[in-house]
Amino acid sequence: MKLLTHNLLSSHVRGVGPRGFPLRLQATEVRINPVEFNPDFVARMIPKVEWAALLEAADTLHLVEVPKEPTEGYVNDETFLRKMHHVLLEVDVLEGTLQCPESGRVFPISRGIPNMLLNDEETET
Amino acid sequence: MDTNHQSNIKLSKTKKKFLRKQIKARNTLLRHEGIEAVSYATQSLVVANGGLGNSVSRKQLLPVLEKCGLVEALLMPPNKPYSFVRYTTTEESRKAYVTLNGKEIVDDLGQKIILYLNFVEKAQWKEMGLQPLPPGLMVVEEIISSEDEKMLLESIIWTEDTDNQNFQKSLKHRRVKHFGYEFHYENNNVDKDKPLPGGLPDICDSILEKWLKKGYIKHKPDQLTVNQYEPGHGIPPHIDTHSAFEDEIVSLSLGSEIVMDFKHPDGVTVQVMLPRRSLLVMTGESRYLWTHGITPRKFDTVQASEHYKSGIITSDIGDLTLNKRGIRTSFTFRKVRHTPCNCSYSSVCDSQRKETPPSFPESDKEASQLEQEYVHRVYEEIAGHFSSTRHTPWPRIVEFLKALPSGSIVADIGCGNGKYLGINKELYMIGCDRSQSLVDICREKQLQAFVCDALAIPVRSGSCDACISIAVIHHFSTAGRRVAALQELVRLLRPGGKALIYVWAMEQEYNNQKSKYLKENRISQGKKEISDTSMQGQLVEQMPDANSQDSAASVPSIQEGGCNSRKVTNSELPIHTNRTTFHSQDVLVPWHLKGNLGKDKPVEPFGPIRSHDPGSVFHRYYHVFCDGELEAACQTLSNVSILQSYYDQGNWCVILQKI
Repeated sequence: MKLLTHNLLSSHVRGVGPRGFPLRLQATEVRINPVEFNPDFVARMIPKVEWAALLEAADTLHLVEVPKEPTEGYVNDETFLRKMHHVLLEVDVLEGTLQCPESGRVFPISRGIPNMLLNDEETET
Repeated sequence: MDTNHQSNIKLSKTKKKFLRKQIKARNTLLRHEGIEAVSYATQSLVVANGGLGNSVSRKQLLPVLEKCGLVEALLMPPNKPYSFVRYTTTEESRKAYVTLNGKEIVDDLGQKIILYLNFVEKAQWKEMGLQPLPPGLMVVEEIISSEDEKMLLESIIWTEDTDNQNFQKSLKHRRVKHFGYEFHYENNNVDKDKPLPGGLPDICDSILEKWLKKGYIKHKPDQLTVNQYEPGHGIPPHIDTHSAFEDEIVSLSLGSEIVMDFKHPDGVTVQVMLPRRSLLVMTGESRYLWTHGITPRKFDTVQASEHYKSGIITSDIGDLTLNKRGIRTSFTFRKVRHTPCNCSYSSVCDSQRKETPPSFPESDKEASQLEQEYVHRVYEEIAGHFSSTRHTPWPRIVEFLKALPSGSIVADIGCGNGKYLGINKELYMIGCDRSQSLVDICREKQLQAFVCDALAIPVRSGSCDACISIAVIHHFSTAGRRVAALQELVRLLRPGGKALIYVWAMEQEYNNQKSKYLKENRISQGKKEISDTSMQGQLVEQMPDANSQDSAASVPSIQEGGCNSRKVTNSELPIHTNRTTFHSQDVLVPWHLKGNLGKDKPVEPFGPIRSHDPGSVFHRYYHVFCDGELEAACQTLSNVSILQSYYDQGNWCVILQKI
């Protein structure tokens, strides 16, 4: 699971709504997967990222420091884009957990795959 | 001096090696068998590598051990690579420990085996206790004379002649020949309308008459299967098909004895010695409920005592040894059954198999259970084969994905094997599926995917620029759940975001054109295998867009069944015939599982009761959509507008936009 994917995931336990974001990430195994750098692509992702969630995730993984917010004129800031490219697309969480910040429900990540299946009680409306 | 010195070093090197191996053996025994060795001398030793499971027989091991002293007991557990020896005194066992550690002996197969010994407090072996024979089983010893045995064996001519009317076959682990009726290993049954010319060999007649008279059998058999097993051959555990044969099955062992394994469904296993020229009679529980089989191996573990002949190989491990197998020919006589079996073991009876077809769900809970059983579980089972048939992306879906702006975030809900996730490198695509096995396949392709249900997608609202839902919504079994799935899909979209939805169409013929799904039928009538479902292969032609925007049916009216289909309510779900038109909107569609069995791999005889045999059929629930039904369902959502709707090779398709 890349951190950009983590940035899109949210807890869907019944009743938690928007308070289910962001999922608390705990990783026991992380791999760096080199991905070809495409500055335009990364620049397009930046406005779609929930920045606080990314900061928190990068922090728990002890990654290179992510700037508190996107730099001014980041579209042309290659250093910034390369850093974000690495954080968003190259960091791959293989083993760990995702925890719902509201309900505390823990979802496993195994072999890079988050299993987000809920049981019947958790989905009933 | 010099040479002496060198040999001393050599010796100590070898000694060191033995010591290492001895310690290793000690650790292995502790780890795998829970046998605890002690570091002080006792009367008992565990002899690693000197076991029946290692092809070392009592006959070979005992003399070796006796050289060191008087052996009080030699316990040889079946199938284990070790044994226990107890000497009368500690001195003797210490002597054995010193002299036999690292000792090389030659096993029954002529292979060298090195013994490693360790002291134990006592021989640890749980006695299994005396087991009774399976109920209904009987072994009659010396049922025929040696002359009759010879005659019977000579009456069977094993030719390579393929025209042979008695249907000789070489199976994986034995040769077989059929008389009276041919036994078909494909369906484990006989063709009752096609008896073989010639019937049973004449020579059997007088023998069978004698058995009838003596009461060993009650019915005269009309089918004979002759099996020949060489050492190392065997037959997988099986129960003779109930509907094929009557209660009584008898088998004559000729040429050599063999150990047959009987197993109860609860797991109880009984090994029965079938001596040469004995008759095995299976009736009642032993015929209907227990499986029987012969393990392919060259040696059997048998009782060492001479007086012992037929019956159970007991757990008296102080009296077990190995017996080299010879060529055994069995004559199995059976009577073909012409009425369905009505035994009291319905769980294993093919005549009494009750496959109650699922019914149309009446509540949300029932709907969820139906989907669990007839969608989720099935995909989990067929994932590998399913994925292997899903390699070609459909052109109009590719077109949709390619037309999205660079840098769009796209979710594929129900992504299957992920064939659309990598279509456009300018998109960030994530996929999810209910099936862990399918998501595993995505992950192997380095795609971003996770496991979830389409009714509860763990993605934050409004985060996606586009979504696709290909061949997913038709697996929900109520109108309410289908709308809920659409709603969940739309929730992920940002305002202005687009979703492409494909569902299977009731109408497999549109504008006088048959869909590829129907056409495949004609192609596949020859050799080509039929894999079923619309969602396959390449779309050969594009169909004109459906002019169905005028439909404004509300959800309740959909339930009443729009398009000439009979309403399925409170009734069993019909099973659809693949590659034909649909007769009902709610159907079970068969999936014929194809395994990895190569053609050269022989069909397993009798086929033990297993659910994952290649050739298994799984049924998936589908709700096929009528013309206009998908749009109508979309229109119940307040925050979308339908941009386009069309028919594409047997599917109804909608592109909608979130307002």
